[in-house]
Amino acid sequence: MSIRERLSGNEAAAIAMKQINPDVVAAFPITPSTEIPQYFSTFVANGEVDTEFVAVESEHSAMSACIGAQAAGARAMTATSANGLSLMWEMIYIASSLRLPIVLSLVNRAVSGPLNIHCDHSDAMGVRDSGWIMLFSENNQEAYDNLLMANRIAENEKVLLPLMVCQDGFITSHSIENIELEQDEEVKKFVGEYHPKHYLLNDKEPMAVGPLDVQPYLFEHKAQQGYAMKAAKEVILEVSREFEKWTGRHYGLFEEYMLDDCDFAIVCMNSTAGTTKAVVDELRKKGIKAGLLKIRVYRPFPSEEVAKALSKAKAIAVLDKADSLNGMGGALFEDVASSMYVAGKNIPLVNYIYGIGGRDTTSEDIKSVYTDLNEILKTGKIDNPYRYLGLRKEEK
Amino acid sequence: MKDLIEIRWHGRGGQGAKTASLLLADAAFNTGKYIQGFPEYGPERMGAPITAYNRISNNPITIHSNIYEPDYVVVVDDSLLESVPVTSGLKSSGAIIINTTKSPEYIKSLLHGYSGEVYTIDARKISMECLGKYFPNTPMLAAIIKVSKIMNDNDLINDMKNSFKHKFAKKPEVIEGNMKALEMSLNEIKKI
Repeated sequence: MSIRERLSGNEAAAIAMKQINPDVVAAFPITPSTEIPQYFSTFVANGEVDTEFVAVESEHSAMSACIGAQAAGARAMTATSANGLSLMWEMIYIASSLRLPIVLSLVNRAVSGPLNIHCDHSDAMGVRDSGWIMLFSENNQEAYDNLLMANRIAENEKVLLPLMVCQDGFITSHSIENIELEQDEEVKKFVGEYHPKHYLLNDKEPMAVGPLDVQPYLFEHKAQQGYAMKAAKEVILEVSREFEKWTGRHYGLFEEYMLDDCDFAIVCMNSTAGTTKAVVDELRKKGIKAGLLKIRVYRPFPSEEVAKALSKAKAIAVLDKADSLNGMGGALFEDVASSMYVAGKNIPLVNYIYGIGGRDTTSEDIKSVYTDLNEILKTGKIDNPYRYLGLRKEEK
Repeated sequence: MKDLIEIRWHGRGGQGAKTASLLLADAAFNTGKYIQGFPEYGPERMGAPITAYNRISNNPITIHSNIYEPDYVVVVDDSLLESVPVTSGLKSSGAIIINTTKSPEYIKSLLHGYSGEVYTIDARKISMECLGKYFPNTPMLAAIIKVSKIMNDNDLINDMKNSFKHKFAKKPEVIEGNMKALEMSLNEIKKI
């Protein structure tokens, strides 16, 4: 039986970590994810977990300690945000290339500068090509559920890749909301024990980890990472199906909300998808066929599936909570645009950069996007496909 | 109770407006509701104006933005009335609750012609009398629950007894004072 509770997103993540009871947690505090290692260290102090908690002196060391622990044969986890992830950057690539299924709880926040502690997705987007599986979470429930599924996905033999679970800093990490928790014993059973096939502390199989990988080998190793990332899609679905059997909560690669008969579709991730659902409900009552595609699995990107799911829409807006500053569009927009092009779907597509540095995204903002899509459909014209949503207008 | 109630709190950093919003979320959660309780984090420090929010509903809440058209506004510190537009977007079908000792005429003159109901409570007096210190959040919590009719007085008192036991597990000596403050506030809130 699930337990009805009310928790913040950070509390939910910390409790998931407690129930997983990893062998090692190494972390350094940074807003807005600080509470996760803070709560977790209390669980350690109270003896509620038998995890080795390593209070490192930086995020670079946090990821290094996780890599060392995981390579040795332990299950390791950490949490961070924004500049903490930036400081991990070197080790983020090493974790994935060593095929170490470390799990990271990323509480999304704007990467400096100028300094801003609030939510956007610039931290996550900076590591989107680093070989980590990336799951996004609309609310505390999804942050919790995604973490419960994380180890099973990452540690699967066909995958062996690190995985990060993202949620929106402050917006969900510091908001108290209803949540269904699962029983400790059942989580333990679902997550299972970690028995890696190859590990450093196995004296029967001496091995080197991370040696020089020159011209004849690195390419093949990178290709193997690529194959594993592709294989992860099916494993994510398998684990999600099993999770649904256990909890009744359904998860796919993405969530379709009133999408199959919609005229106007929005594609977005994390908490804004929730606000969009409320707007879709309101517009549907007025007879406007609005829909939403909420990305859950951002890496691997479910290209074919996204293109198929969006194929009936008449106009599509992709919302990016990080600006790629490239003069052409945000990262999610590029992914969706490529997916549509490759699948041969030529549907009007526009990009909105929104919510930068914690700028609040209101229902009115989302409504204005659907209004714009209606205009595009009516006129057949997209003057500028690379737009801002919620940007303050210059005063005249 | 209507299906979705939206509440905005105005206070000053350190007065417990955020805690009050979380306690309100707790109380409504315990009556079986879906809830949200969240502060708007700015560059706050002791004494600076802060805002916190609640959504309370019979159905799951998916919206994740601040609240611009609240049903209720709670003002924890009346010195904010001159500097913060506390009635902004406040529905005339709703109400505003202000912690103050000032005259009704003076208070009304600062509400930009707000046409809905206005309630006042002297949370300082209640807090000093019951707790010996100035913690306005318990009286304001009682006031908003009373005005918004989220639950009846008896349910509130029973529920908060448990919440306080949990919240103040490490300092049980303050539970009795907070309970007294709660009961006193339910009687002292007045419509002006």
